[in-house]
Amino acid sequence: MTLTGHTSTRKMLYWGSHYLMIAAFVIFALFPLYWLLKVSVTPNDILYTEGVRMWPSRTTWDNYTFVLTQSNFPHYFMNSVIVAGTTAAVTTVIAALTGYAFSRFAFRGKVIIVALMLITQMFPLVMLIAPIFKILAPLGLTDSLTGLIIVYTAFNVPFATFLMQSFFDGIPKDLEEAAMIDGNTRFEAFRAIILPLTLPGVAATLGFVFTAAWSELLFALMLVSSESASTFPVGLLSFVSKFSVDFGQMMAAGVLALIPACLFFLLIQRYLVQGLTAGAVKG
Amino acid sequence: MASIEIANARKSYGAVDVLHGIDLNISDGEFIVLVGPSGCGKSTLLRMIAGLEDITSGDISIAGNVVNDLQPKDRDIAMVFQSYALYPHMSVAENMSYALTLRKTAKEKIADAITNVADILGLSALLERRPKALSGGQRQRVAMGRAIVRKPQAFLFDEPLSNLDARLREQMRTEIRKLHRRLGATSVYVTHDQIEAMTMADRIVAMHDGIIQQVGSPVEIYDHPANIFVASFIGSPAMNFLEGTYETKDDNGSDGAGICLSDGSLVPVLHAQGATTHQAATLGARPEHITIVSDANSGLAARVDLIEPMGLSTLVHATLADKPIKIFTMDRPDYAVDSTIHVSFDMEKVHVFDTKSELRLPPITEPHPSHRD
Repeated sequence: MTLTGHTSTRKMLYWGSHYLMIAAFVIFALFPLYWLLKVSVTPNDILYTEGVRMWPSRTTWDNYTFVLTQSNFPHYFMNSVIVAGTTAAVTTVIAALTGYAFSRFAFRGKVIIVALMLITQMFPLVMLIAPIFKILAPLGLTDSLTGLIIVYTAFNVPFATFLMQSFFDGIPKDLEEAAMIDGNTRFEAFRAIILPLTLPGVAATLGFVFTAAWSELLFALMLVSSESASTFPVGLLSFVSKFSVDFGQMMAAGVLALIPACLFFLLIQRYLVQGLTAGAVKG
Repeated sequence: MASIEIANARKSYGAVDVLHGIDLNISDGEFIVLVGPSGCGKSTLLRMIAGLEDITSGDISIAGNVVNDLQPKDRDIAMVFQSYALYPHMSVAENMSYALTLRKTAKEKIADAITNVADILGLSALLERRPKALSGGQRQRVAMGRAIVRKPQAFLFDEPLSNLDARLREQMRTEIRKLHRRLGATSVYVTHDQIEAMTMADRIVAMHDGIIQQVGSPVEIYDHPANIFVASFIGSPAMNFLEGTYETKDDNGSDGAGICLSDGSLVPVLHAQGATTHQAATLGARPEHITIVSDANSGLAARVDLIEPMGLSTLVHATLADKPIKIFTMDRPDYAVDSTIHVSFDMEKVHVFDTKSELRLPPITEPHPSHRD
């Protein structure tokens, strides 16, 4: 009896510390988000006067009302939706087709193409701003959403391709061969058999590219100068004026900007979990 | 159903030749088994018939039409894969009807065909299930059903039973054979399992290193192997090989022939066609063609290494002239390890191979292979 008592205490200690560590990690990871939310509902007049408190004594939605009705934020927000959405869609289509080719075909120059795509991932983006600006300017693509979409797509395609390729690699070649014998052309087999099976991969790629484009600041700042083509990360900066920073409104805008990303992940999370654990268990 | 002709078909990947000029005619309704060790090119040949691999040179015709440049979908063949390759996101019924749907067959006709085939294969209760919810044997059946439903010109099987356990494999072997008899479909079946080849084939095509070694009925291949490769590959337990020299006069001066083994002992054989005295020759004897004799004078001495009871029979492992041999017996011997036994070879059944060319030198009493058929 003492023995079992002893082991159960040890077990509890083990699991207790286990959960404690997980809790510590989760708090560490989510605290900034909590702070974002807290500041966004804190009235301006008590933001600096109350000191550091976990929750303000009064809360208000004023910051949200202001951001939604008085600022340009809804416009930036729409721009971001257009840019991130289009980038995610275009990149995923290109990555799916390229990834399939990498996964299934042996062709001349494949190694070189893969190497080139890897090389593009090597350099800090800052180095490329000037040449890209030089290229886009004469084409009339600076200060435009299309320009941003093109640049984001170009930068995301390599990684997205490798991601999609790994998903295609996980699907047996036999499946499309069976479909081709059953009466499909290769492309039909890809569309009817392989693509439905890679939905988790497609979701993961969409999610990855969407978030990358959604929160991108560097190019959005450098390539776009007018208000009309600004995305929300740039828009957030407009809450910083020469003399003050309007933290409450900035945080409210930040919370609003989280919504589409959250919604997006909510929609694809079923596939995402499948996708990230695909192949872990033998089917 | 249709015949398949393969004429001088070659396959190379860059500088590497995988198949060196394959010639093979498969008649309408025949069940052909391509057998050989891994890497012998049998699967490549099957995939070339299916259209999944390009043909480097030569021709493949199905029902008299050269199909070299036809896509797999236009060849009207069905294939059963080793992995079954069932579409995971479709039900059993959808898997089986996929090809018919693509061919825009009328819905009622598809339903009839599915019901019919599901009946034959005992899948009626599983039609709505996804492949994930099926056992290995059931998946195998669905893969078969998907092929049958289409009534194609020919069936191609790529090691379809190798993922099943031994008992199920045996059962499916019989079922596939029965199915073949019922449908009379031209079938090409690839396997590395010589038992499958022996039990299922109308004709076996034994392949090695991208070359067809021998084509013949199972019994023909078993009893008259063309060379050492075929002799060693077909048959389990495998044939014993003992190297020596071919001699035509034994010590008694009588006009016999024999293989003189490395330890000087002589195994009498029938006179072999084209063999010259003293040439290097290999004696090939199947385990069932060696008998253990009680009389020390009428057999060669061998040392017992291991007794392997197999239920129906017993396999005695022994050493003869420093070479391991296996002896098949229906008795229940209880020799001690390292004890000496005496063995004699069935002179009518053992084979003589030219050690250098590895070809079998048939006895002069047997018609030459080129005159057979």
